[in-house]
Amino acid sequence: MAKSIDVSDLNIYYGDFLAVEGVNITIPAKSVTAFIGPSGCGKSTFLRSLNRMHEVIKGAHVDGKVLVDGTDLYAADMDPVNVRRLIGMVFQRPNPFPTMSIYDNVLAGQKLNSKKMKKSEADDTVERALRQAGLWAEVKDRLNRPGSGLSGGQQQRLCIARAVAVQPEILLMDEPCSALDPISTSVIEDLIHELKTEYTIVIVTHNMQQAARVSDDTAFFNLAGVGQPGKLVESGRTEKIFSNPDNPATEAYIQGRFG
Amino acid sequence: MTTTLQRTPEPDLQRELQEHQLPTYLPKAILVGAVLAGVALTVAGPLSIAQAVIVAWLLTWALPIASRVVEGGRKAADRTVTLLVASAFGLALIPLGSILALVISRGGPQLNAEFFTYSMRNVVGEGGGIYHALVGTLLITAAATVISVPIGLFTAIYLVEYGAGNRLSRWITFLVDVMTGIPSIVAGLFAYALFVIFFGEGVRVGIGGAVALAVLMVPIVVRACEEMLKLVPNELREAAFALGVPKWRTVVKVVLPTAISGIVTGVTLAIARVIGETAPLLIIAGLTDSVNFNLFSERMTTLPVFTYFSVKFPGVPPEASIDRGWGAALVLIIIVMLLNLVARAVSYFFSPKGER
Ligand SMILES: Nc1ncnc2c1ncn2[C@@H]1O[C@H](COP(=O)(O)OP(=O)(O)O)[C@@H](O)[C@H]1O
Ligand SMILES: [Mg+2]
Repeated sequence: MAKSIDVSDLNIYYGDFLAVEGVNITIPAKSVTAFIGPSGCGKSTFLRSLNRMHEVIKGAHVDGKVLVDGTDLYAADMDPVNVRRLIGMVFQRPNPFPTMSIYDNVLAGQKLNSKKMKKSEADDTVERALRQAGLWAEVKDRLNRPGSGLSGGQQQRLCIARAVAVQPEILLMDEPCSALDPISTSVIEDLIHELKTEYTIVIVTHNMQQAARVSDDTAFFNLAGVGQPGKLVESGRTEKIFSNPDNPATEAYIQGRFG
Repeated sequence: MTTTLQRTPEPDLQRELQEHQLPTYLPKAILVGAVLAGVALTVAGPLSIAQAVIVAWLLTWALPIASRVVEGGRKAADRTVTLLVASAFGLALIPLGSILALVISRGGPQLNAEFFTYSMRNVVGEGGGIYHALVGTLLITAAATVISVPIGLFTAIYLVEYGAGNRLSRWITFLVDVMTGIPSIVAGLFAYALFVIFFGEGVRVGIGGAVALAVLMVPIVVRACEEMLKLVPNELREAAFALGVPKWRTVVKVVLPTAISGIVTGVTLAIARVIGETAPLLIIAGLTDSVNFNLFSERMTTLPVFTYFSVKFPGVPPEASIDRGWGAALVLIIIVMLLNLVARAVSYFFSPKGER
């Protein structure tokens, strides 16, 4: 089921600007990998290059390889639309579709692609996705209410439900808790724990404790200076990165001495 | 010995913070007083209405002056500017009010069943109605909408979703700006020249009028739709892309539904803008006294053209024809107002759920 990702020599550009340089990393299947690092070092950029969302921005492109179970996502005959069906994404700010009900938001992946579904099948998908996102109990009586009427934390879980409803292999999350209160945050962290039995999860976070709590592996990105490209400094098991990192910059960042 | 927990307010500080304020009823009282004084002076005789209005307006300056004395500079400035803004608003309402009053008083008596259901065919003198012009206005405007909305909407979609500031889209934007400035008579000449190619000199046909109006509508529709599409947050597009939805489906199923209320409002206002056009229709749609339901052959009269001819060439005796002109003008104003109401209702009912 869930798939691993192998990235080799990946350079990521915005037009002529090299934003992230020379990333080599392996992200194991069915585990949680956290990206940490100071603002502007290219965590979001790198994350978005993993499901080809990066190239949605005008002039943005990459070179290098991203292999998912051995298949290169950037091979010439790859369709980015299909790549994104395989690799789902949750954004920093919750973005439910304002024109849709909660029910339709969960099924957005199917509905927007005009996939035919039987009513019972659709109901099952909605319930399963909302249960996985830990939102079922809160919204089961108001599935036809608009998604934008939920609280921020609920909206973010709705977005997670929407992402898992299309049954991707990999789930990318870009600071999914940064706009949320501590209670919603802990709900989502529990959720990540449960989801990793089925999905490969990659999460960007600014919060060291969160990285330590939820992730199995951690990758530290850093920036040599303003205008310089971001780089992957080191990656490995989370316990090791947090207790005994190889690179002094990692240690300094984790102990809060900069960034 | 008792300690008081509650400190007595320091007198200086209290005086400073408390406001020296005019009683809240005073502005209304001064306004009512000024109006009454104006009315009294006109009724009693010494002043004309215009003079009385000016006197009443001068009297309202009692408020800023009183404020200056009692409340001090900041509040006085506030009241002065409030008075100026309100005066400007009143001034701007005068033409609107007088047009409405005139059209309603002269056109109102014309509105009856016959007026709406009879054409002018074989009518001399009194009687007859605007049925043919009403039909013409509705058909020509509807056809103009059918032509211009797809062109305008697709152009806007290209500009916002696909063009993204490339050379072609910059050219389109420039040309749309130029088109906005086309005088309506030129649009009429264009439509005439176009139809002459197919039907020969002297052609008069309803669809030609629709084409002329469409030329005027397209830039308005493009602009309105472009603004509305730009307002759709990029996050919604990204959310759809991240679910593996192709771009065209994202545009059709996410961007357009999110922007639909604004688009419909913009289109309605564009219709309201061209429905009163006269000049281009004089050239290409012509004038007739008969009902014509066929856009593709023969002349077709619209309300503005009907009004123009009723007033300009009333025949003898002129009264009945001129009255019908006023009636038609009133009907046109009512249609435009209804369109504005429809636009509001639509933007209310189509706006994304939960954000009303
Ligand atoms: N849309 C964009 N266009 C151009 N440059 C961008 C864009 N988004 C991000 N960048 C640049 O890429 C670099 C990495 O940004 P980002 O990936 O957002 O960092 P992080 O998520 O680690 O804070 C920054 O220098 C930023 O200015
Ligand atoms: Mg970021």
